[in-house]
Amino acid sequence: MTLRTALFLAITVLANSAGEICLTRAMKNLGEVKNFELAALFRFFQRAFRSGWMRLAIGLLAVGFFAFLALLSWADVSFVIPATASTYVVGGLGAKFLLGERLSPARWAGIALVSVGVALVCTG
Amino acid sequence: MDFGLRLKTYIFLVLIVLFSSSGNIFLSLGMKQIGAVRVGSAMDLVKLLGEVFTSGWIWMGIAALLFFLACFMVVLSWADYSFVSPASASAYVLVPLVGHFLLGEKVPPLHWAGITIICVGVVLVRGTAPNTTREE
Repeated sequence: MTLRTALFLAITVLANSAGEICLTRAMKNLGEVKNFELAALFRFFQRAFRSGWMRLAIGLLAVGFFAFLALLSWADVSFVIPATASTYVVGGLGAKFLLGERLSPARWAGIALVSVGVALVCTG
Repeated sequence: MDFGLRLKTYIFLVLIVLFSSSGNIFLSLGMKQIGAVRVGSAMDLVKLLGEVFTSGWIWMGIAALLFFLACFMVVLSWADYSFVSPASASAYVLVPLVGHFLLGEKVPPLHWAGITIICVGVVLVRGTAPNTTREE
Protein backbone atom coordinates (compact mmCIF):
# COMPACT_ATOMS: atom_id res chain seq x y z
CA MET A 1 0.00 0.00 0.00
CA THR A 2 1.43 3.34 -1.02
CA LEU A 3 1.38 6.39 1.23
CA ARG A 4 -1.11 8.06 -1.11
CA THR A 5 -3.51 5.10 -0.88
CA ALA A 6 -3.23 5.05 2.91
CA LEU A 7 -3.87 8.79 3.09
CA PHE A 8 -6.97 8.69 0.85
CA LEU A 9 -8.30 5.61 2.63
CA ALA A 10 -7.96 7.43 5.95
CA ILE A 11 -9.69 10.52 4.52
CA THR A 12 -12.53 8.36 3.15
CA VAL A 13 -13.14 6.54 6.43
CA LEU A 14 -12.70 9.57 8.71
CA ALA A 15 -14.76 11.97 6.56
CA ASN A 16 -17.63 9.48 6.23
CA SER A 17 -17.72 8.69 9.95
CA ALA A 18 -17.37 12.34 10.95
CA GLY A 19 -20.09 13.27 8.45
CA GLU A 20 -22.54 10.76 9.88
CA ILE A 21 -21.66 11.81 13.44
CA CYS A 22 -22.43 15.46 12.53
CA LEU A 23 -25.67 14.34 10.86
CA THR A 24 -26.65 12.52 14.04
CA ARG A 25 -25.82 15.59 16.13
CA ALA A 26 -28.04 17.71 13.84
CA MET A 27 -30.95 15.27 14.18
CA LYS A 28 -30.58 14.94 17.97
CA ASN A 29 -30.66 18.75 18.25
CA LEU A 30 -33.98 18.81 16.36
CA GLY A 31 -35.44 16.23 18.71
CA GLU A 32 -37.40 13.04 18.26
CA VAL A 33 -39.81 12.95 15.30
CA LYS A 34 -43.23 12.05 16.70
CA ASN A 35 -45.58 13.47 14.08
CA PHE A 36 -45.39 11.53 10.81
CA GLU A 37 -47.81 13.68 8.81
CA LEU A 38 -46.31 14.89 5.53
CA ALA A 39 -46.47 18.58 6.45
CA ALA A 40 -44.72 17.93 9.78
CA LEU A 41 -42.03 15.82 8.10
CA PHE A 42 -41.53 18.55 5.50
CA ARG A 43 -40.96 21.12 8.29
CA PHE A 44 -38.54 18.71 9.98
CA PHE A 45 -36.40 18.40 6.83
CA GLN A 46 -36.58 22.14 6.24
CA ARG A 47 -35.21 22.78 9.74
CA ALA A 48 -32.65 20.00 9.33
CA PHE A 49 -31.13 21.46 6.17
CA ARG A 50 -30.85 24.89 7.81
CA SER A 51 -28.77 23.51 10.68
CA GLY A 52 -25.03 24.12 10.76
CA TRP A 53 -24.28 20.53 11.84
CA MET A 54 -26.25 19.22 8.84
CA ARG A 55 -24.33 21.46 6.43
CA LEU A 56 -21.05 20.35 7.97
CA ALA A 57 -22.25 16.74 7.60
CA ILE A 58 -23.03 17.23 3.90
CA GLY A 59 -19.61 18.80 3.34
CA LEU A 60 -17.79 15.96 5.11
CA LEU A 61 -19.81 13.26 3.32
CA ALA A 62 -19.00 14.96 -0.01
CA VAL A 63 -15.28 14.95 0.89
CA GLY A 64 -15.56 11.25 1.80
CA PHE A 65 -17.36 10.45 -1.45
CA PHE A 66 -14.83 12.21 -3.69
CA ALA A 67 -11.84 10.81 -1.77
CA PHE A 68 -13.35 7.35 -2.33
CA LEU A 69 -13.86 8.01 -6.06
CA ALA A 70 -10.27 9.23 -6.36
CA LEU A 71 -9.04 6.15 -4.50
CA LEU A 72 -10.93 3.85 -6.85
CA SER A 73 -9.22 5.43 -9.84
CA TRP A 74 -5.78 4.08 -8.94
CA ALA A 75 -5.90 1.78 -5.92
CA ASP A 76 -6.54 -1.97 -5.81
CA VAL A 77 -10.33 -2.23 -5.54
CA SER A 78 -10.25 -5.67 -3.90
CA PHE A 79 -8.34 -4.14 -0.99
CA VAL A 80 -9.76 -0.63 -0.80
CA ILE A 81 -13.52 -1.39 -0.74
CA PRO A 82 -13.29 -4.03 2.04
CA ALA A 83 -11.01 -1.69 4.01
CA THR A 84 -13.74 0.98 4.12
CA ALA A 85 -15.80 -1.44 6.26
CA SER A 86 -13.65 -0.16 9.15
CA THR A 87 -16.00 2.87 9.06
CA TYR A 88 -18.33 0.91 11.40
CA VAL A 89 -15.63 0.69 14.09
CA VAL A 90 -14.48 4.31 13.64
CA GLY A 91 -18.14 5.40 13.75
CA GLY A 92 -18.60 3.44 16.99
CA LEU A 93 -15.65 5.27 18.56
CA GLY A 94 -17.04 8.61 17.36
CA ALA A 95 -20.48 7.78 18.79
CA LYS A 96 -18.92 6.96 22.15
CA PHE A 97 -16.54 9.90 22.49
CA LEU A 98 -18.32 12.64 20.51
CA LEU A 99 -22.00 11.81 20.97
CA GLY A 100 -21.83 10.26 24.45
CA GLU A 101 -23.62 7.06 23.42
CA ARG A 102 -23.11 4.15 25.79
CA LEU A 103 -21.89 1.15 23.80
CA SER A 104 -22.49 -2.12 25.61
CA PRO A 105 -20.13 -5.11 25.02
CA ALA A 106 -22.89 -6.72 22.88
CA ARG A 107 -23.04 -3.66 20.65
CA TRP A 108 -19.24 -3.54 20.25
CA ALA A 109 -19.22 -7.24 19.39
CA GLY A 110 -21.98 -6.66 16.82
CA ILE A 111 -20.10 -3.71 15.30
CA ALA A 112 -16.90 -5.77 15.03
CA LEU A 113 -18.74 -8.70 13.37
CA VAL A 114 -20.60 -6.40 10.93
CA SER A 115 -17.31 -4.74 10.02
CA VAL A 116 -15.58 -8.08 9.33
CA GLY A 117 -18.61 -9.44 7.48
CA VAL A 118 -18.97 -6.38 5.25
CA ALA A 119 -15.24 -6.54 4.46
CA LEU A 120 -15.66 -10.20 3.38
CA VAL A 121 -18.75 -9.49 1.27
CA CYS A 122 -16.90 -6.67 -0.49
CA THR A 123 -13.90 -8.81 -1.49
CA GLY A 124 -13.71 -9.26 -5.24
CA MET B 1 -37.36 0.27 26.79
CA ASP B 2 -40.69 1.46 25.56
CA PHE B 3 -42.29 -0.74 22.93
CA GLY B 4 -43.41 2.09 20.63
CA LEU B 5 -39.86 3.42 20.27
CA ARG B 6 -38.47 -0.01 19.43
CA LEU B 7 -41.28 -0.67 16.93
CA LYS B 8 -40.82 2.59 15.04
CA THR B 9 -37.04 2.10 15.05
CA TYR B 10 -37.47 -1.35 13.46
CA ILE B 11 -39.91 -0.04 10.84
CA PHE B 12 -37.42 2.64 9.83
CA LEU B 13 -34.53 0.16 9.77
CA VAL B 14 -36.51 -2.01 7.31
CA LEU B 15 -37.19 1.08 5.13
CA ILE B 16 -33.50 2.09 5.28
CA VAL B 17 -32.36 -1.36 4.17
CA LEU B 18 -34.97 -1.56 1.37
CA PHE B 19 -34.30 1.94 0.01
CA SER B 20 -30.50 1.75 0.20
CA SER B 21 -30.24 -1.68 -1.44
CA SER B 22 -32.85 -1.00 -4.13
CA GLY B 23 -31.23 2.38 -4.81
CA ASN B 24 -27.83 0.79 -5.37
CA ILE B 25 -29.34 -2.00 -7.50
CA PHE B 26 -31.19 0.56 -9.69
CA LEU B 27 -28.03 2.66 -10.10
CA SER B 28 -25.99 -0.37 -11.08
CA LEU B 29 -28.68 -1.53 -13.57
CA GLY B 30 -28.66 1.96 -15.08
CA MET B 31 -24.88 2.14 -15.36
CA LYS B 32 -24.65 -1.40 -16.81
CA GLN B 33 -27.17 -0.38 -19.47
CA ILE B 34 -24.99 2.61 -20.37
CA GLY B 35 -21.94 0.36 -20.50
CA ALA B 36 -18.28 0.74 -19.58
CA VAL B 37 -17.33 4.38 -19.21
CA ARG B 38 -14.41 5.81 -21.16
CA VAL B 39 -14.07 9.51 -20.80
CA GLY B 40 -11.41 10.82 -23.16
CA SER B 41 -12.66 14.33 -23.81
CA ALA B 42 -15.05 16.94 -22.45
CA MET B 43 -17.49 15.88 -25.18
CA ASP B 44 -17.45 12.28 -23.86
CA LEU B 45 -18.25 13.57 -20.39
CA VAL B 46 -21.20 15.64 -21.65
CA LYS B 47 -22.47 12.60 -23.60
CA LEU B 48 -22.08 10.37 -20.53
CA LEU B 49 -23.92 12.80 -18.26
CA GLY B 50 -26.66 13.05 -20.91
CA GLU B 51 -27.09 9.28 -20.88
CA VAL B 52 -26.95 9.08 -17.08
CA PHE B 53 -29.61 11.72 -16.49
CA THR B 54 -32.02 10.42 -19.10
CA SER B 55 -31.95 6.86 -17.75
CA GLY B 56 -35.10 5.77 -15.89
CA TRP B 57 -33.10 3.36 -13.72
CA ILE B 58 -30.75 6.13 -12.60
CA TRP B 59 -33.65 8.39 -11.60
CA MET B 60 -35.28 5.54 -9.70
CA GLY B 61 -31.94 4.93 -7.98
CA ILE B 62 -31.62 8.61 -7.03
CA ALA B 63 -35.21 8.67 -5.72
CA ALA B 64 -34.66 5.51 -3.64
CA LEU B 65 -31.43 6.92 -2.17
CA LEU B 66 -33.15 10.22 -1.29
CA PHE B 67 -35.85 8.23 0.55
CA PHE B 68 -33.03 6.31 2.26
CA LEU B 69 -31.43 9.58 3.43
CA ALA B 70 -34.79 10.87 4.69
CA CYS B 71 -35.45 7.67 6.71
CA PHE B 72 -31.87 7.69 8.03
CA MET B 73 -32.30 11.30 9.23
CA VAL B 74 -35.68 10.62 10.86
CA VAL B 75 -34.53 7.52 12.76
CA LEU B 76 -31.40 9.33 14.01
CA SER B 77 -33.66 11.97 15.58
CA TRP B 78 -34.21 9.43 18.37
CA ALA B 79 -31.96 6.38 17.92
CA ASP B 80 -28.20 5.98 18.56
CA TYR B 81 -25.89 6.29 15.57
CA SER B 82 -23.95 3.29 16.92
CA PHE B 83 -27.24 1.34 16.77
CA VAL B 84 -28.60 2.47 13.39
CA SER B 85 -25.40 2.22 11.37
CA PRO B 86 -24.48 -1.44 12.10
CA ALA B 87 -28.15 -2.53 12.35
CA SER B 88 -28.77 -1.33 8.80
CA ALA B 89 -25.86 -3.40 7.43
CA SER B 90 -28.46 -6.02 6.42
CA ALA B 91 -28.39 -4.15 3.10
CA TYR B 92 -25.08 -5.93 2.42
CA VAL B 93 -26.92 -9.21 2.94
CA LEU B 94 -30.01 -8.36 0.90
CA VAL B 95 -28.15 -7.36 -2.27
CA PRO B 96 -26.24 -10.66 -2.77
CA LEU B 97 -29.31 -12.69 -1.73
CA VAL B 98 -31.46 -10.91 -4.32
CA GLY B 99 -28.65 -11.43 -6.85
CA HIS B 100 -28.49 -15.12 -5.99
CA PHE B 101 -32.17 -16.04 -5.78
CA LEU B 102 -33.76 -13.62 -8.27
CA LEU B 103 -31.01 -12.88 -10.78
CA GLY B 104 -29.23 -16.25 -10.67
CA GLU B 105 -25.84 -14.73 -9.77
CA LYS B 106 -23.23 -16.98 -8.22
CA VAL B 107 -22.23 -16.05 -4.66
CA PRO B 108 -18.67 -17.20 -3.78
CA PRO B 109 -18.06 -19.08 -0.47
CA LEU B 110 -16.18 -16.15 1.09
CA HIS B 111 -19.24 -13.95 0.53
CA TRP B 112 -21.53 -16.54 2.15
CA ALA B 113 -19.20 -16.46 5.18
CA GLY B 114 -19.43 -12.64 5.22
CA ILE B 115 -23.24 -12.75 4.94
CA THR B 116 -23.46 -15.13 7.91
CA ILE B 117 -21.11 -12.99 10.05
CA ILE B 118 -23.07 -9.79 9.21
CA CYS B 119 -26.34 -11.48 10.23
CA VAL B 120 -24.90 -12.49 13.62
CA GLY B 121 -23.55 -8.95 14.13
CA VAL B 122 -26.86 -7.31 13.15
CA VAL B 123 -28.82 -9.59 15.53
CA LEU B 124 -26.38 -8.70 18.37
CA VAL B 125 -26.71 -4.95 17.75
CA ARG B 126 -30.49 -5.10 17.34
CA GLY B 127 -30.72 -6.77 20.74
CA THR B 128 -29.27 -3.67 22.44
CA ALA B 129 -31.26 -0.58 23.47
CA PRO B 130 -31.81 1.71 20.43
CA ASN B 131 -31.28 4.85 22.50
CA THR B 132 -28.72 5.25 25.30
CA THR B 133 -28.48 9.05 25.48
CA ARG B 134 -32.00 10.07 26.48
CA GLU B 135 -32.36 11.20 30.09
CA GLU B 136 -35.35 9.25 31.32
